[in-house]
Amino acid sequence: MTAVSAQSSTTNKVLGYPLNVWYVAAWDKEVTRNPLSRKVAGRPLALYRTEDGKAAALADACWHRLAPLSLGKTVGKDGIQCPYHGIVYNSAGRCVSMPAQETINPSATVPSFPVVERYRYVWVWLGDPTLADPDLVPDMHQLDSPQWAGDGETIYAPCNFQLVLDNLMDLTHEEFIHSSSIGQDELSESEFVVTHDDHTVTVTRWMFNIDAPPFWLKNMRDKFPGFEGKVDRWQIITYRSPSVINIDVGVAKAGTGAFEGDRSQGVNGFVMNAITPESDKSCHYFWAFMRNYRLDSQLITTQLRQGVHGVFGEDEAMLTAQQAAIDANPDYEFYNLNIDAGGMWVRRLIERQLESEGRLVPLA
Amino acid sequence: MAATNTEVWQYGTVVEVGSVATNIQRIVLAPELPVNAEPGSHIDVRVRIDGREDRRSYSVVESNEGGRRLAISVLKTPLSRGGSIFMHTLQPGDQLEITQPLQNFPLRVGAARYILLAGGIGITAMINMARILKNLRLDYTLVYAGRSRAAMAYLDELQQLHGENLVVHVDDEGTPLNVRQLVASATTDTELYMCGPIRLMDAVRRAWTEARLNYPNLRYETFGNSGWYQPEEFIVKVPTLGLEIRVGQDNSMLEALEDAGADMMFGCRKGECGLCEVRILELDGTIDHRDVFYSTRQQTATTKMACCVSRAVTSKNLLTSDPPTAPAVVTIAVP
Ligand code: FES
Ligand code: FES
Ligand SMILES: [Fe+2]
Repeated sequence: MTAVSAQSSTTNKVLGYPLNVWYVAAWDKEVTRNPLSRKVAGRPLALYRTEDGKAAALADACWHRLAPLSLGKTVGKDGIQCPYHGIVYNSAGRCVSMPAQETINPSATVPSFPVVERYRYVWVWLGDPTLADPDLVPDMHQLDSPQWAGDGETIYAPCNFQLVLDNLMDLTHEEFIHSSSIGQDELSESEFVVTHDDHTVTVTRWMFNIDAPPFWLKNMRDKFPGFEGKVDRWQIITYRSPSVINIDVGVAKAGTGAFEGDRSQGVNGFVMNAITPESDKSCHYFWAFMRNYRLDSQLITTQLRQGVHGVFGEDEAMLTAQQAAIDANPDYEFYNLNIDAGGMWVRRLIERQLESEGRLVPLA
Repeated sequence: MAATNTEVWQYGTVVEVGSVATNIQRIVLAPELPVNAEPGSHIDVRVRIDGREDRRSYSVVESNEGGRRLAISVLKTPLSRGGSIFMHTLQPGDQLEITQPLQNFPLRVGAARYILLAGGIGITAMINMARILKNLRLDYTLVYAGRSRAAMAYLDELQQLHGENLVVHVDDEGTPLNVRQLVASATTDTELYMCGPIRLMDAVRRAWTEARLNYPNLRYETFGNSGWYQPEEFIVKVPTLGLEIRVGQDNSMLEALEDAGADMMFGCRKGECGLCEVRILELDGTIDHRDVFYSTRQQTATTKMACCVSRAVTSKNLLTSDPPTAPAVVTIAVP
């Protein structure tokens, strides 16, 4: 493998993953006193909580004979015990007990990775720990803001993480994949605007005076019982480095000024997506749907989660099939279209990050 | 760190050499396969001593341009095993076999306070760490102890870079390090990283334990090359193998046994793992335990030793330096 220049690899079918970044490793509720095994960016991790509730991430391989620590148990204030010969490590990854001898070997450590808990997620940093600035966690504040309510799930997607980012940056696919819920002809017919800076890419699309597709009609009626009529619809997709995409979505009664900034006559959701590479060909896709109306209705929370679950199931099937087709046709390249502009800018930003880490290499 | 300790051997070209203190040579290497060296990492180097291949470990003092230039510093110890003498003969343009940086001594980011303690040449392991802590604006003190200023490498540069955060102790200026005082300045969330002679490290370990500080917060790396006594030539007898061999001053007991044909087991070869353990049947002299595998109780019992680093010496008293009349003799059983 040789390094290639940024310009030429934008068209790579799949991309490598940066390491000097924060990735979502798990939902906060998944990390408990029972160690959890999860692979992030090629690195198997053992995730657990210390007695005082702090999340910890250690390499999931004991220093001694590489037994997975995630099969062990938490002990003491902040320790985890290897299930094989009982070595205990603290949350910094340092051995605190070697049962079979009177001393502790000074080399006995397992890598411990920086962790930040924010926006209902546990984020980990697998690259250079001296660069792990918590301020670099991408904004997903709707997830735990009192102005928003909602919930989500995790999809295990057997594809390169970039394919999911491509999917979310170009929503013209809704018309074809999600025709029964959120798809409509106007999606591929309407104009969209792409902008970017060093860390974000935004794709904005407005559709005026259209019929609300089934998913949105239901949401409108949750807020405005019995609603009938045309709507203005928006999708504002914002990518944040390295792999978060928040989509501001909604519809409002047509012509009531939503485009100008008054969304009071509409319903607004935020689709929060964090895509964490697991390996070159798999990723953990954490999503949630947050809304800013009827905050107290658990019924609506559940209905929305189930609705989006169905929609994303359609994406999952396509992404799985796409990765399989990529693998089965190694000699065919992508052709990139105008509709891919958002995804292409995302690729460009990821490449720059990879380049800055000296890790820009094509994947097989 | 299982993950980063795969040995990748490569050639390194010497690009710069120069003296940085009495008997200390700084050597800058350009590796073929550069990777950035994390603080605390070292490289292993293949050295040639009397026609015999051996390896030595040296901390990376500086890693520049993403590891394209790695600086190490080598103390020439006339009584040691000859590796340092070889290293001091290197000139720009020379090539030698080196590993990519290996990590046994990682610096953890996230402690409330850091003390970095260097004794003598041990400063080489601390320079990179101190620089990172400074760049991250963390709370740290670099404590550097030595016999005399002339023998202390990088003193001026460190003074300039670290200012108030550097505390210097010099024996011949009457400002020796007081280990107890230093350890008393540590709090429960202080991490102390140290590298230096075994006496210093042992004193800190004891003081740390007595102060009931959190043991895993005491970090150190040992290459097993420093002892309580000066190395002497001594005799090893292995009755079951009918062997009686001399271990030279610049040779380890493990190497001498291997050279004599004994089938020896070993792991780390630096006094950590205990795999090279031999049982002591008889002893004329004292054992200079240089390992960190045995507890003090086990070391004073003198029934076993880690033969990769530990030695037999004549002196019964730490303070005598009279030249030995007859070499120490240790009779052992090997597994
Ligand atoms: S493999 Fe973990 S203690 Fe042996
Ligand atoms: S080989 Fe590890 S202590 Fe001797
Ligand atoms: Fe979709």
